[in-house]
Amino acid sequence: MRHTISVLVENEFGVLTRVAGLFSGRGFNIESLSVAPTLDPTISRMTIVTSGDDQILEQINKQLNKLIDTIKVIDFTGEDYVEREMALIKVTAEDDTRAEILRICDIFRGKVVDVTPKCYTVEVTGSPAKVSAIVDLLRPMGIKELVRTGPVVLGRGPKAWKAG
Amino acid sequence: MKLTGSKILLESFVKEGVDTIFGYPGGTVINIYDDLMDYPIKHILTRHEQAAVHAADGYARATGKVGVAIATSGPGATNTITGIATAYMDSIPLVVITGQVPTPLIGNDAFQEADIIGITRPITKHNYLVKDVKDLALTIKKAFFIARTGRPGPVVIDLPKDVQLASTNYEYPDKVELRGYKPTYSGNARMVEKATKMILAAKRPVIYVGGGASLTDAHQELLELAEKINAPVTTTLMGMASFPKTHRLSLGMLGMHGTYYANMAVTNADVLIALGARFDDRVTGKIATFAPHAKIIHVDIDPTSIKKNVRVDLPIVGDLKDVLRKIVKSLDGVQDEVNEMVAGLQAWHEEITGWRKDQPMTYKTSAQEIKPQFVIEKLRELSNDDAIITTEVGQHQMWTAQFFDFLKPRTFLSSGGLGTMGFGLPAALGAQAAFPNRQVIDVSGDGSFQMNSQELATLVQYRLPVKIVILNNNFLGMVRQWQQLFFDKRYSQTCLELPIDFTKLAEAYGATGLRATKPEEVADVIKTAFATDGPVIMEFKISREENVMPMVPAGAGLNEMVLAS
Ligand SMILES: Cc1ncc(C[n+]2csc(CCOP(=O)(O)OP(=O)(O)O)c2C)c(N)n1
Repeated sequence: MRHTISVLVENEFGVLTRVAGLFSGRGFNIESLSVAPTLDPTISRMTIVTSGDDQILEQINKQLNKLIDTIKVIDFTGEDYVEREMALIKVTAEDDTRAEILRICDIFRGKVVDVTPKCYTVEVTGSPAKVSAIVDLLRPMGIKELVRTGPVVLGRGPKAWKAG
Repeated sequence: MKLTGSKILLESFVKEGVDTIFGYPGGTVINIYDDLMDYPIKHILTRHEQAAVHAADGYARATGKVGVAIATSGPGATNTITGIATAYMDSIPLVVITGQVPTPLIGNDAFQEADIIGITRPITKHNYLVKDVKDLALTIKKAFFIARTGRPGPVVIDLPKDVQLASTNYEYPDKVELRGYKPTYSGNARMVEKATKMILAAKRPVIYVGGGASLTDAHQELLELAEKINAPVTTTLMGMASFPKTHRLSLGMLGMHGTYYANMAVTNADVLIALGARFDDRVTGKIATFAPHAKIIHVDIDPTSIKKNVRVDLPIVGDLKDVLRKIVKSLDGVQDEVNEMVAGLQAWHEEITGWRKDQPMTYKTSAQEIKPQFVIEKLRELSNDDAIITTEVGQHQMWTAQFFDFLKPRTFLSSGGLGTMGFGLPAALGAQAAFPNRQVIDVSGDGSFQMNSQELATLVQYRLPVKIVILNNNFLGMVRQWQQLFFDKRYSQTCLELPIDFTKLAEAYGATGLRATKPEEVADVIKTAFATDGPVIMEFKISREENVMPMVPAGAGLNEMVLAS
């Protein structure tokens, strides 16, 4: 089962390698990982999408907590949360496809952020499913290059993780 | 007070109560070695950095204090790796200092540069590269704190040469706070309550003890619990000396080379009380048939150890000593129920006695050949109760675990998790440095001994009177045993063709060498060794193809032991 986990870590030298090394060393999956500092610049927040059965997830949670640099681990599975991912999609834009690309872009509330005579770069934000959907629709036009950030998440409602 | 990084390091060692360190100099630590001459810290120059770390490890295992080792950058640092990994697997508190090339050169493939932080990340509890001398004192404080608290482990501090030379105001912090590191010491009261209930309902309880008991010095509390509920106790290799082996409730070791009765007891238990143990595969055998009828109570300070390999019915995270005290106290409150429970264990004890009689831990004696088990028994007979025994890895290690009756805590130092040949001699060196007046004995094979035999020089130089037993079978015996049993006796690369005269080797270093080739010489050699000042090698030419029995073949269940033929 897919799990989205937020990890608050000390914003220190080598912390990303510690987390990544933990996953590779113990054979845990990482589907995506994104990381950047929080409001408090001494803390970074990682969002990790992983998968595994309950026992594996329990180990992932415990092992992450065991790292000295880990301040908090939050598994959002079963919680109410907002999940967003951004993608930049470089798609071939021919005379006969330009209009269709713009229409698709519009439906997904995407933006064209770079234009050349033969190519558009589209920026889109949404749930991973939504991002995958626009990718599928644009694929027939010829996607030249694609980059996705991997999702970031926040719990819904006023409750907030103080350290974050 | 303004001090250089190098002095800050040594000053902080003194503040941490470090009296002895083990190490080896080189270019990137030369300033530290220069300053060392002015500090009241004893430095022991081993002959290899691996040995320096094992020695610090042996010192830590014997004393319970943090062991300290130091090495230069590059090859010095990479030589420490096996030592660090050994300590990590057995949760031994160490602080290892490595020199590093100056910060502007880091990443440039400078002379003797190695990314030791990257290399040691998966084998340390934590590690630090100090880039600014202002961070040094706090980093040292954190390193000692992390090494000794929670589930202990090694911490590496990589110290670039320019940071050692730079100066700053020195003040050693009294306290340290790490917002991400707060081990749970106190066992949850509700869980303790549940554990008590589970124990009181047991008809076939077994206590299974791991290294956590010695790491928390919980032997007294363990004894109290065992006697209170009259439950049999089995230990892992790491738990060995935490429960007196001659106690009526002792089942000896469980697992691959454990006793038949310990393995049968675990297999038939209805409540298994696992204390500071981590269900290693050498202990459990096939998981599916491990303690299949038991409710499992698991006490451990490390939450990741719980439910990692086996299902657990009742987890208690906490310091073993604390949790044991609470369980005993909670049982004190219901003495009537305890009495009733104990009265109900009659049949269980009879069954265990049956297994004991059926398959005692024994071996075939011989009047012609020296049996290794016989040497171990004699060694026990002729040594002091508080003698510290270290081992290398192989058959001799298992025979020691099987046939030496350990009575006192922290008297058995062996590489359990990593299984490192070459550990025993330097570990004995470290233990002897900590306890100059106790008997310290390394039980070795002829293969393992040659992995760190250079440390004979260190023993002689520092007058560390370690006694070394070499059970010489001229084989890499444990591997040969597997080849005999599972590879149709195809002895590929396990015969150490060249016979070595270990007594001459001892003499070359200025130590004493003794040899026994017949059973009747064994006791005399041991007595002479104990009566001799300084380090002694006792070489015993043992029956060459003796096997460690009984044995659970790899992948089989504890109930499928192969018994002595
Ligand atoms: C550093 C290292 N290399 C290899 C092994 C694999 N190994 C385990 S036991 C053993 C044989 C040990 O031989 P010896 O020290 O002579 O002891 P014996 O088994 O004969 O008592 C070997 C090679 C190991 N445990 N450690």
